Amino acid sequence: MPLWDWGYAFEVLPQLLKALLVTLEITLLGSVVALLLGLLIAVLRQARIPVLDQVLWAFVEFIRSTPLLVQVFFLYFALPRFGITLSALTVGVIGLGVHYATYTSEVYRAGIEAVPRGQWEAATALSLPRSRTWTGVILPQAIPRVLPALGNYVISMFKEVPLLLAISVVEVVSKAQEIGSQTFRFTEPFTIAGLLFLVLSYPASMLVRRLERRRVA
Amino acid sequence: MDNLPQIVTVLFQGLPPTVIAAVGGIALTIVLSFVAGLALLSPRRWVRTISRIYVEAFRGTSEVVQLFWIYFVLPLLVGVQLVPLFAGLLVLGLNHGAYGAEIVRGAVRSVPRAQYEGCVALSLSPTQRMWRVILPQAVVEMLPSFNNLFIQLLKSTSILSLITVAEVTQRGRAVLVPAFGDDIVLIFTVMLLIYLVLSVLITTGMRYAERVAARKVGRRPSREARAVAMTTGAH
Repeated sequence: MPLWDWGYAFEVLPQLLKALLVTLEITLLGSVVALLLGLLIAVLRQARIPVLDQVLWAFVEFIRSTPLLVQVFFLYFALPRFGITLSALTVGVIGLGVHYATYTSEVYRAGIEAVPRGQWEAATALSLPRSRTWTGVILPQAIPRVLPALGNYVISMFKEVPLLLAISVVEVVSKAQEIGSQTFRFTEPFTIAGLLFLVLSYPASMLVRRLERRRVA
Repeated sequence: MDNLPQIVTVLFQGLPPTVIAAVGGIALTIVLSFVAGLALLSPRRWVRTISRIYVEAFRGTSEVVQLFWIYFVLPLLVGVQLVPLFAGLLVLGLNHGAYGAEIVRGAVRSVPRAQYEGCVALSLSPTQRMWRVILPQAVVEMLPSFNNLFIQLLKSTSILSLITVAEVTQRGRAVLVPAFGDDIVLIFTVMLLIYLVLSVLITTGMRYAERVAARKVGRRPSREARAVAMTTGAH
């Protein structure tokens, strides 16, 4: 048996590409959750509301410090107990999204804190309403600054999607595993799966790096 | 709540593999980070290229793929089947070492140029320059990022459950969930708390290391480096 069988490799490629679409779909949906929820947490924390602020801080630290896989298992097994039945894919999107929201909230916070105090003061002097201050003054300055960091987290999220095979979401790696156990040939499916990640995430991180350099310059 | 003692007992059985994987993985990460990170700064092109390939290959692919590749594919290629725990430890080290290499590279480059010039003026050898002047300063900058990286690594030990290592996550998932289905929330709360305690231990250790390293070069722990580490993350 040859170490690498090109015929077999091309045979399994279409199936893996199809599964890659699921991975991308989860990444996209997870990013939406992470980017919006993270922003919400960051803005709420900026308001420094007693109790809520401490609760959010504890929540962020707790989620950041514990494994995503365990959190995903928790959602997957515990939610049905409370009468909430969701598909594995939805559980995966929520799990990834919430986990990464705790990361992005820190990123947004750094961006918000980097906006000069004078901007806040000017908004107050112009007696802009609170919502207008955020949407018209603070966030348009804070978010562009942190785009590269947010981009990096989207890329890491993409690479963490395979964790969801543990709750039987059919993404690239679980597909590769499935193909492998049918044919007893793991070399090609797993290698191709790895290369697919590399082919997508390397150019993406190059793009982010370029964005970063442009911001510095 | 009646089952709490059993739940804790079973999860604690998973603690040794988790701790071995985390400590071993961290040790390997430190070694690889410095070797690959300094290689990225080498004046020789081929050294930089090899290191760059290692770093991008491991940063560009998913950790789960790497784990499966080393566990399922590598044995076919070299004819040696790795013990699951060891395969896991290896992947944790290789993967996080690639991220660590960038931390080391960045920190070394952040040391002001004047420090290099000072070394040349004092005619220190390149080795002396690195060990006695550049690295002691760079380490202060890199420790907060390494703290993050080590916590990422600790969290990643949970994926070893996917290759049947009987660590904390596997104990919970394979033993407790089927046995104590009614205590799902309790099982996972205890599990998450175990990881939380372990990551607090890592942070405590690293804060101590930060203070020691900063004192050695007559500085305070770098607050700036810590702020950067908070927002850039490892992965």
